[in-house]
Amino acid sequence: MDRSVPGRIGTTLPPLDVPIQTLPSPELLRNELEMPEVSESELVRYFSQISQFNFSIDHNFYPLGSCTMKYNPKLNDEMAGFPGMSEIHPHQPEGTVQGALQLMYELQRILAEITGMAMTGLAPMAGAEGELAGMLMTRAYHLDRGEPGRTKVLIPDSAHGTNPASASMAGFEVVEIPSDSNGNTDIEALKFAVGNDLAGLMLTQPSTLGLFDTNITEVVQIIRNAGGILYGDGANLNALLGRVKPGELGFDVIHSNLHKTFTQPHGGGGPGAGAVMVGKRLVPYLPTPVVEKIEEPNGVARYILGKPEKTIGRMGGFHGNFGALVRAYSYIRTLGDQGIAQVSEDAVINANYIMSQLKDVYELPYERTCMHEVVLSARKLKRDYGVSALDVCKRLIDYGIHPPTMYFPLVVEDALMIEPTETESVETLDHFIDVMKKIAVEAKCNPDLLHEAPHNAPNSRLDEVAAVRRPDLRWKRSSANIQ
Amino acid sequence: MTSPANLKYIRDHDWACFESDGTAILGVTDFAQESLGDVVFVELREVGEAVTQFQPFGEIESVKAVSELVSPVSGTVIERNDEVFAKPELVNQAPYEEGWLIKVKVSDTTDVSKLMSAGDYDTFIEPDFS
Amino acid sequence: MDNRGFISPYTPNTDADRRRMLDAIGVDSASELFTDIPADLLDPKLDIPSPLSELELRRVIEGMARSNAIPGDYACFLGGGSYRHHIPAVVRQIASRSEFMTAYTPYQPEVSQGTLQAHYEFQTLVCQLTGMEISNSGMYDGATSMAEAALMAARVTGKQRVVVLESVSPYYLEVLKTFCDAPGLEIETVPDGVSEMAKDSACLIVQQPNFFGRIIDLKKLSDLAHSAGALLVVACDLMSLAMFKCPGDYDSDIVVAEGQPMGVAPTFGGPYVGIFACKQKYSRQMPGRIVGRTVDSDGREGFVLTLQTREQHIRRERATSNICTSVGLIALITTVYMASLGKRGLQHVAESCYHKAHYAASMVADIPGYFLETDAPFFREFVLECPMPPKAINEKLLQYRIIGGLDVSEHVSNGMLFCFTEVNSKEEIDLLVSALAEIGGAA
Repeated sequence: MDRSVPGRIGTTLPPLDVPIQTLPSPELLRNELEMPEVSESELVRYFSQISQFNFSIDHNFYPLGSCTMKYNPKLNDEMAGFPGMSEIHPHQPEGTVQGALQLMYELQRILAEITGMAMTGLAPMAGAEGELAGMLMTRAYHLDRGEPGRTKVLIPDSAHGTNPASASMAGFEVVEIPSDSNGNTDIEALKFAVGNDLAGLMLTQPSTLGLFDTNITEVVQIIRNAGGILYGDGANLNALLGRVKPGELGFDVIHSNLHKTFTQPHGGGGPGAGAVMVGKRLVPYLPTPVVEKIEEPNGVARYILGKPEKTIGRMGGFHGNFGALVRAYSYIRTLGDQGIAQVSEDAVINANYIMSQLKDVYELPYERTCMHEVVLSARKLKRDYGVSALDVCKRLIDYGIHPPTMYFPLVVEDALMIEPTETESVETLDHFIDVMKKIAVEAKCNPDLLHEAPHNAPNSRLDEVAAVRRPDLRWKRSSANIQ
Repeated sequence: MTSPANLKYIRDHDWACFESDGTAILGVTDFAQESLGDVVFVELREVGEAVTQFQPFGEIESVKAVSELVSPVSGTVIERNDEVFAKPELVNQAPYEEGWLIKVKVSDTTDVSKLMSAGDYDTFIEPDFS
Repeated sequence: MDNRGFISPYTPNTDADRRRMLDAIGVDSASELFTDIPADLLDPKLDIPSPLSELELRRVIEGMARSNAIPGDYACFLGGGSYRHHIPAVVRQIASRSEFMTAYTPYQPEVSQGTLQAHYEFQTLVCQLTGMEISNSGMYDGATSMAEAALMAARVTGKQRVVVLESVSPYYLEVLKTFCDAPGLEIETVPDGVSEMAKDSACLIVQQPNFFGRIIDLKKLSDLAHSAGALLVVACDLMSLAMFKCPGDYDSDIVVAEGQPMGVAPTFGGPYVGIFACKQKYSRQMPGRIVGRTVDSDGREGFVLTLQTREQHIRRERATSNICTSVGLIALITTVYMASLGKRGLQHVAESCYHKAHYAASMVADIPGYFLETDAPFFREFVLECPMPPKAINEKLLQYRIIGGLDVSEHVSNGMLFCFTEVNSKEEIDLLVSALAEIGGAA
């Protein structure tokens, strides 16, 4: 496995063109540096080979619920790759980066328009950071109004783990709210939980069950009357694009995962971008910076990096994940006003089509029209044949399909959360449906085939227990790979 | 499957074995270890620390889950099963024996009437496929 | 000529496909699928521009890109947390492989070995460079890594005071405040020469070299922190570690850094990657994802996400951080960069930075009216005290096609922070020197 050979190098570098300078005291200098020594050709082969062990959206259907693994347009990558976008330095004077600031300004406006909000902050670098920004704004808002006793944030039991974690990082106490039998927020439980100590509610709309919470109007009333902030987790914004504006539903703040809804490639775990859109009362608290437009007397527009009046501060070293912002902007401008609503329409048709074809084979916990994703349960397979959601997922790999999200949301037993997205054709969906049916038959006839799946992946099931009990988190000299 | 009859249980799937000397040994049930899967980490209150009935006395983790250990009794920790730190799989292998967790000097604020018998607990964990 | 309504290239289904699917679902029209949405709010008017074709969009964005002053077209001497380096072609080529670029977070290890193995390599290289025992697979950026380090130090020590040297980046300090205020941590800033620390301190946070480019006395600060029972958190310039002693040599407890200098284009500030490494004994308190090596059921080596009970998707409100999507692809980029340059390349780049910065310092110090702020050792950045406000100088430098240094006059009177790397040629540096002389002479 050791590909490192002393003396090899993977690139060429320019010779030093200035006179050699005096070195500092040797006690400041490093004696030994253990780093790879490999040629360029070997480096390329190594990484190309291991890349083949991945499933990816360019190669596989990837119906990973709640993750919106839609196709990532190649054009957007090229736009972000223009030297005028990729080479500019974050500390450049504003006058030298007017194009970049203009793009950010226009994206701020478009995202606010799509979500029905007053203003956008682009600083958060992923969805969870957007949530944190929203929670910190909630906190600042209540403190500003002299209500430090508002310490509780309500979160439905179906929420992503980031919600309670973000609320907790913002210093709030988390109170879990159950879902009712239709998968909506339980109104009685909500009424019982609100009080003078309410800071706000974090609601994913549509929920992680893929259902539009039809109690929304009542939820808004209850939270408003109790003096709380309604936070929208925009993870599922793909279902609402052009259909309804969350601001008009009554949300005070919503974040958008630009890497889901607006096609920044997921990169094997990021980068993302977590733009946060707010209604009027939270505008002064937005994270720094926001881009402002100043009309000069001569009619020329000038863009600056502004600091909101009562800002919660910086979320990162610079101005957010600009590269992802360029891609999101490029994507939205390609679709324009005519294309945006087609996204949600096709996403919702695709999910309901899968539901209609699979609900008799797998269990459907909520008999309702779904939005952009459908949650099924493998509970029956488990009871009847001892085949778990995990087994079904691992078997899908053998058919070249990435598994759906499993065991989430927590409120559904043996959940299989399937989000096809709008970028999949009906032929792809039909293939997936056939495979899922075939697996259900296999579960009955040959359960071991599923227990032992995957059979033709680069690895069979990995021992995650050993990985925790005996953590091995880096190559050591004896087991050196590329180093 | 039936739970040992000499133990008392709570809904959080922890058990207590009351000894004649006013102490109790605590652990998790077979159902709990089965639902958790392979236990990889256990964290327990220190000896000398107080535990309160129906309040946490530590944490137990599998690869994909973490759950609080809830005490069926109030009292003071007098001994911990140090073996499970090095070999957390003992909880899986023998939840009622080598996989025990702590020993508590039981205080009289413990309300034994709130604990379940083995029979009640077995009914409680019966699968519901309605 | 086809000038009908807009058809998106990203949604393959045709009206006929949709009809067939709606029939299967059992509804007449797609609008029946949206009846859960309050009718009065359904299908609002969207005030956004009409669709653009690929050609039109290219013109719009290229126009924006061209209106920026692009380093490369301009000589640029900015650093201060983001650094310009030559990026070998191989780095972008590998990172743009769609197997890496369009994969999700590696939750399904059997179909994510490429990402997982690359991140395991990343963790390894970070450990080797920083001299630390373990590393996670990346945070958003250096600044958030530092803020998370403070939160982690508070968890580890059970203390609430965060002591920070005032020479730490003011931008990082702002992020630290954003993260620490709500959980109730108290931030105390102290001078580099600090000699006492309160016993209730969770950590001492230092930056090496500091924001103003200077090498600080880590040995002394390490002893100070540890004698107060606090953790030593070091934010470092990764590139400096190819030349200077590493934080591990000073018994650091947590090391954070901006990974951007290792192969990531400046991109107006992001996406970058935050480095986060620490001592093994703190592994369970770390934020972020960690990749571990294990075996599969056939005994073959493989990689998985591990120690996941720390994370939000399992521990929820009691997680070590809320971070979920981080910066997997950027971690891969830095891994390929470090492997491509390797030991000799990294040393060469680090030394080039050093010699160029010191060459420039010796030249500018000779210009009347300009002074080096101190004579402490530095790596590739130094503060120059100028005869007039840096803003005015930078405006004039643009006429020489030079993007000057960072204005740090809030910290040092008329101070400008200049940065030099291997991409700054001798001609550029000489041009800067003569331009500064002309501008200074006209003052």
